[in-house]
Amino acid sequence: MGVEGIGASVARKEDKRFITGKGRYTDDMIVPGMKHAAFVRSPHAHAKIRGIDKSEALAMPGVIDILDGKQLTADAIGNIICGWMIHSKDGSPMNMGVWRPLAEDTVRYVGDAVAIVVADTKAQAREAAEAVAVDYEELAAVTEAVAALKDGAPQIHPEAANNQIFDWEIGSSADVDAAIANAAHVTELDVVNNRLVPNAIEPRAALGLYNAAEDHYTCWTTSQNPHVARLVMSAFYNVAPENKLRVIAPDVGGGFGSKIYIYPEEIVCLWASKCTGVPVKWNCDRTEAFLTDAHGRDHVSNIKIAFDADHRITGLKVDTIANLGAYMSLFSSSVPTYLYATLLSGQYNIANIHANVRTVYTNTTPVDAYRGAGRPEASFLIERAMETAARELGVSPADLRRKNFIREFPHETPVIMTYDGGNFDAPLDAAMKASDYDGFPARKAEAAGRGKLRGIGMSCYIEACGIAPSQAVGALGAGVGLWESAEVRVNAVGTIEVLTGSHSHGQGHETTFAQLVAERLGVGIDTVNIVHGDTDKVQMGMGTYGSRSGAVGMSAISVALDKVEAKAKKVAAHLLEADESDIVIEGGELKVAGTDKSVPWFQLALACYTAHNLPEGMEPGLKESAFFDPSNFSFPSGCYICEVEVDPDTGKTDIVQFVAADDFGTIINPMIVDGQVHGGVAQGIGQALLEGCVYDPDTGQLLTASYMDYTMPRADDLPSFSVLTTKTESPSNPLGLKGCGEAGAIGSPPAVINAITDAIGNNNVPMPASPQTVWAALKA
Amino acid sequence: MYETNYHRASSVAEAASLVSGSDDGKLLSGGQTLIPTMKQRLASPSDVVDLRHIAELKGITVSGSNVKIGAGTTHAEVAQSAEINGVCPALCGLAAHIGDPHVRNMGTIGGSIANNDPAADYPAAMVALEATIHTNSRDISAADFFVGLFETALGDNEIVTAVSFDAPSRAAYQKFPNPASRYAMAGVFVARGSSGTRVGVTGAGSDGVFRASDMEAALDANFSAGSLESINVDPSAMLADMHGSAEYRANLVKVMARRAVEAAA
Ligand SMILES: Cc1cc2nc3c(=O)[nH]c(=O)nc-3n(C[C@H](O)[C@H](O)[C@H](O)COP(=O)(O)OP(=O)(O)OC[C@H]3O[C@@H](n4cnc5c(N)ncnc54)[C@H](O)[C@@H]3O)c2cc1C
Repeated sequence: MGVEGIGASVARKEDKRFITGKGRYTDDMIVPGMKHAAFVRSPHAHAKIRGIDKSEALAMPGVIDILDGKQLTADAIGNIICGWMIHSKDGSPMNMGVWRPLAEDTVRYVGDAVAIVVADTKAQAREAAEAVAVDYEELAAVTEAVAALKDGAPQIHPEAANNQIFDWEIGSSADVDAAIANAAHVTELDVVNNRLVPNAIEPRAALGLYNAAEDHYTCWTTSQNPHVARLVMSAFYNVAPENKLRVIAPDVGGGFGSKIYIYPEEIVCLWASKCTGVPVKWNCDRTEAFLTDAHGRDHVSNIKIAFDADHRITGLKVDTIANLGAYMSLFSSSVPTYLYATLLSGQYNIANIHANVRTVYTNTTPVDAYRGAGRPEASFLIERAMETAARELGVSPADLRRKNFIREFPHETPVIMTYDGGNFDAPLDAAMKASDYDGFPARKAEAAGRGKLRGIGMSCYIEACGIAPSQAVGALGAGVGLWESAEVRVNAVGTIEVLTGSHSHGQGHETTFAQLVAERLGVGIDTVNIVHGDTDKVQMGMGTYGSRSGAVGMSAISVALDKVEAKAKKVAAHLLEADESDIVIEGGELKVAGTDKSVPWFQLALACYTAHNLPEGMEPGLKESAFFDPSNFSFPSGCYICEVEVDPDTGKTDIVQFVAADDFGTIINPMIVDGQVHGGVAQGIGQALLEGCVYDPDTGQLLTASYMDYTMPRADDLPSFSVLTTKTESPSNPLGLKGCGEAGAIGSPPAVINAITDAIGNNNVPMPASPQTVWAALKA
Repeated sequence: MYETNYHRASSVAEAASLVSGSDDGKLLSGGQTLIPTMKQRLASPSDVVDLRHIAELKGITVSGSNVKIGAGTTHAEVAQSAEINGVCPALCGLAAHIGDPHVRNMGTIGGSIANNDPAADYPAAMVALEATIHTNSRDISAADFFVGLFETALGDNEIVTAVSFDAPSRAAYQKFPNPASRYAMAGVFVARGSSGTRVGVTGAGSDGVFRASDMEAALDANFSAGSLESINVDPSAMLADMHGSAEYRANLVKVMARRAVEAAA
């Protein structure tokens, strides 16, 4: 490792502009003639639109135009789609209802967009939006998935009878039933995975610019994947063909999944720009974000886990009902299926697994991938069940897990994943040591002396990252391939640009990707620039989610670097009159091994571009590209141990110790990885203790629509984390990377709830385990 | 936010005339309640009259055990006041736990009590300290001032100018914050003075701040946490919302009262 290469905790290059307030976000973009938009949104969870009267609003100061769903339809703008086809177990395709970017006949959740107002100022647009008179006929609403499936529930889409989108299964039900029937012990739990609101620090925004002279559109947007946005907008929404549409995602302030999807607002801003002849900018406020950013989780499940007399798991059966909200968002169907049920084997050798998943429409905000996307729901089920089983069987939670660990790889689970490697004992041992697990009884006794109930809980998670082998996901219904692209340009005087299809919105790619180049070419990271987020600059790419930017995005860069190195070695051999196989790259130079002959990078690059003296027949220039498609997912795993103290008088839980031991494979920048774990664990603790999205079940109003009621984790809610890593390299990509972006959010909720249930001696503690909830559980 | 006309008053008299001369004017102090409400378009005053630059509303005076705090005094100023800390440290502690540093540097005691949010902290102290609320036209006892949820005895455009009280010999405030907003879900201010013990409760009562007279009687008989054991807080008089049922709040009132007594003992 060089001082800036792989494994170095170099400071993040991008932070200078972020912490000095010089980042450039979508809302910072100003173009000549730009006007401002506000959306008219449904105040009802479910209603028919009888009519829209815009006359008063149109006459208000500054108003340029007000456009509604009928006009959008007249202009043949397409429906918002879900890009992953799931078939029910009877073979029928999922029942996808129509999602119009502006609702035409029916609104289906509070916040559903009905019209766009374009005005000179944002204030004028908002004022006029309030004056648009929409005549609604209110309909009964339903917000909970279980209720929505019941006979007589309000019907949300004509395409989905009983609001059911699909009824899907994986694994063999009969085999699992037999295993359960023959089991020595069965642990069963009913588990709710609470709905969460993502709350990226930067609210969504869009700026649509139609250039009539060139019949060309530009869209600045808060996206994690601008190329996918362009693809979907041109292929499905009929906004413009790809060659007439440029999508730019500049600095983006966090996404957590919520900025993967193509939302109504960016499509409508682009279309409105053409209709009005002015560039149209929209920037949402925090309450609008609560109402319209895709939410996460919201599962209701039952899990049964069967053991033989020797405490080996013989079968696992899961039944889940997942709430997808009012419309099917871009990847919504994949989250509770292939990103969830395929991970139900956890770290354990389980011969028989069956999962049944029903997805349901409700009158709530659409639900899609949110940090972890399916894997937190899976690990919460298994790890709650394992801890519960250990208590029921009277054995140590660690021993029960160890007894069932998978230790031979590759390991094919009954839910179609092939784990390609790992060592599950290592993080478990490391976490137990770091947390002084064995010393817990003494700490518990000491806490009891202070009137506190102390508890300890663990969680051994596995997840699938590096999403994903294109052929595999294609076979499972994905509408896209999930490779990644890179182009490495060595400039004429040796500086380097890397164009990547990954998108950085907090991950630090400008640093870590440069570190890879530094490692390979021996140059400083300051000579490397990472270019991303603009479809006019960067070749087609698939973007950032599912912890894929390292395992897939950096692998593409690595392959492109292989090609750059190969060509550079040829040129160096030619210039140094040596054999190509003797050339080595070291310390910013190409050297003839074992001699003092060398040529520095900048001279070699110049030689490639002057082309005065290249090997016979070689093309000038030094620029290579690669598309990398992984051979498998990568499988980060780890063990988290949480220790809590509960105040029995108030039910308040304090996390007094939190240890995270993760196997992320190769680590490029330990400091950034620690930061990812800190953030992920904060979100996981948020889910477990603090965050819960609550709708009024009768009216469908979002009750937690601001920070007055939605409890975002704050620094003083969190302990100082103890973060450590163990390492087995992923065999499925050239760098051995596994991915670290979501692990914290996946592994921590079960550890927290396991600790609380241990502390209070009641296993039934729903999330978020707020003081009131824990107090009630203590009294129950 | 809707458009509004901003006025900066330089005296209480000018503020009074500006606000009564406007269509639908509002006094603006620290703006920590009024401005968020306006930003959410839940309030649309035609005019706002800024009180922050009025010298006569500022300042803390302590003479003997008597404390007077100008309405425009920020929470941070109260929290850091050495004079108040000398006679009634519990009030400094209360102010130090309102909101966050931004809120404490802007929000004022006058704005807080005029707003009378049922979950605000100061009202509990005001009733337990039997404070007097001074306005530009009269003096009002705290017992009469806080009328109901967000309701006070203030007349239209009446301006709070200061609060005053006699420091008790012992006092303590214990607050159980709402996990999301960090306002009080139950906040209990216990003050033990020459005329007996006073217990002010905020955050929990369905009519807003109240005095727990049964606790006061028990503590007058025996000032110890143990003497609260037999007290029943009636859930039917409690607020209930998604963060805390009436039963939970009733429990919190008792727990916070006990802890306040322990802290004051
Ligand atoms: C994030 C956040 C957290 C908070 N947390 C807490 C908390 O934990 N505990 C707590 O108690 N409070 C909390 N608050 C509220 C805070 O204490 C406010 O400062 C207070 O409620 C209002 O005071 P202000 O000076 O900001 O008044 P403003 O917002 O300026 O005014 C509030 C109301 O009082 C009226 N008013 C103001 N001054 C006078 C006056 N002199 N005479 C008559 N009427 C007047 C105004 O017209 C307005 O109706 C929080 C606020 C925020 C934003």
